[in-house]
Amino acid sequence: MSQTTKTPPSAPAEASNRVTLGWSNRLLARPEVGALVAAIVIFVFFLIVAPAFRSPASFFTVLYQSSTIGIVAVAVGMLMIGGEFDLSAGVIVTTAGLVNAMFCYQLGINLIVGAVLSLVFCLAIGFLNGYLVVRTGIPSFLITLGTFFVLQGANLGVTKLVTGSVSTPNINQMDGYKILDAIFASSFKIGSVTVEITVLWWFLFVALSAFILQRTKIGNWIYAVGGNADSARAVGVPVKAVKIGLFMSVSFLGWFVGMHTLYKFDTLQAGNGIGNEFLYIIAAVVGGTLLTGGYGNAIGVAIGAFIFGMTSLCIVYAGWDPNWFRAFLGVMLLLAVMVNLYVKKLSTARKVG
Amino acid sequence: MTDTLSEHADPELHSGEPLIEMKDVGKTYGAIRALKGINLTVRAGEVTCVLGDNGAGKSTLIKIMAGLHPHNEGTMKVDGKEVSFSSPRESLDHGIATVYQDLAVVSLMEVWRNFFLGSELTSGRGPFATLRIADMKRIADEELRKMGVVVKDINQPIGTLSGGQRQCVAIARAVYFGARVLILDEPTAALGVKQSGVVLKYTAAARDAGLGVVFITHNPHHAYLVGNHFVILKLGQAVLDKKRADVGLDELTRQMAGGDELTELSHELQK
Repeated sequence: MSQTTKTPPSAPAEASNRVTLGWSNRLLARPEVGALVAAIVIFVFFLIVAPAFRSPASFFTVLYQSSTIGIVAVAVGMLMIGGEFDLSAGVIVTTAGLVNAMFCYQLGINLIVGAVLSLVFCLAIGFLNGYLVVRTGIPSFLITLGTFFVLQGANLGVTKLVTGSVSTPNINQMDGYKILDAIFASSFKIGSVTVEITVLWWFLFVALSAFILQRTKIGNWIYAVGGNADSARAVGVPVKAVKIGLFMSVSFLGWFVGMHTLYKFDTLQAGNGIGNEFLYIIAAVVGGTLLTGGYGNAIGVAIGAFIFGMTSLCIVYAGWDPNWFRAFLGVMLLLAVMVNLYVKKLSTARKVG
Repeated sequence: MTDTLSEHADPELHSGEPLIEMKDVGKTYGAIRALKGINLTVRAGEVTCVLGDNGAGKSTLIKIMAGLHPHNEGTMKVDGKEVSFSSPRESLDHGIATVYQDLAVVSLMEVWRNFFLGSELTSGRGPFATLRIADMKRIADEELRKMGVVVKDINQPIGTLSGGQRQCVAIARAVYFGARVLILDEPTAALGVKQSGVVLKYTAAARDAGLGVVFITHNPHHAYLVGNHFVILKLGQAVLDKKRADVGLDELTRQMAGGDELTELSHELQK
């Protein structure tokens, strides 16, 4: 520990036992620092070993890859700061797209109506998750594990029942397709580089989440609810409403990515999305979010998602067997958990007595 | 120290005026009776000490006043009006603030965020109004300094403060937000002698500022230092209920140590 004791000559009486922490300690107390260091190391590493990575185009492909995980991870990170889990976040993405596609295709309705309906449906699932958690007190891990399996089964079952196969029909000729495609799945060129619109949405949601967490009372409540729900409740924080709101924001961003997937590929496989819930959680944890709640921030989660996007593509750029990717992710997760534990100890330990 | 207390204390408070009156209050959890026939009056400018061993019903009594569990027998009046709280918010809105021994603060959050938790200052309305962070830091720092708590950095997680300091932040917070009744749950239980002294001084300061204080403890020595009125609970019932003038520290200590049971036990052991 390298603290420097500072005694300003102007006001010695009041501030005599004040301590200004050294910059290294102040920096280490921020949740995203571990992830940032890791991201830089991995970035430089792949610049060296993967020549194909050294172009602006590949960088933006990496950003796109990161955004598809990063958008939902924003909400999952907030939920985890609030002390809860959502395992259904991976499949709800697919559910959102399926509801929109099949409802509109079978009944011949404008896709915009279906998108709104799908949003309402997803928010209802998020509400149900949250309501069951706060109402029963059963750990959210179990509640959402249940929702996860229900949705996974229903995705396949209902799709098979309606379309006779496990994928949805192509929707790109239907009314409302153009505008929804422009919102959720368009891309534009800057010079020679293609920028996917989801990257911009990702940045926007990260900024919004950072703003809410740090600058609004709702953010204060989210940290408090995750850090110590009983204390929060005792000073009048509406703990249940905050938790339900967090579950609903996960399902909202799940819906958003679901819309992206649907309008990007125009057709959906009903079995998609399984396993992604863990990627969201890994992004959040690698980004410095504490598994036990009460600690973390939006920038960290974004860096976590970026590390995911970078490694998943750069392993290919480097010409390695992509099967190693998950092994790498597992190692990252373990390292991140250990760094987090250390950082938490550092920031709660008594500094200079 | 007392300046800031009287500055924020409600000017309407008159010493001796009853703030909370409980009559025959009881509480059952299913088939288990936690509290029975409790008569308790919390008066402005007085410290009412509630003493009792583990499991005597102290926590249940606080929880009823703090709005965590409603009572299901008898009546509770606040400012002369009958109430039954179903949430801590309701209790807070009646000016009753509770400082719990272990769940007073969120340890990973900064001191100033803890100070304003649940009553944040915002500019503008609506859920996304921005926090007035600079103001909140300044006020929290000023208020704590006035009370003699100098934290090294208002931005440090509150978990890095000592137990006594954390209690003081929680008490300062309650007083700053206009509490009229302050319920302190075992505020000195986990503290050393010096830290306990600090907390007891605040308790006395709150009393002198005209607040009604409920002081829950199992330490008769601490209670006797600040108390005006003493109630000892045993198995959910009051076994002693006396004013300071009618009771000495010896009797309190003896009752707390087991009273007649202890005398009997000592006879048995001497045989």
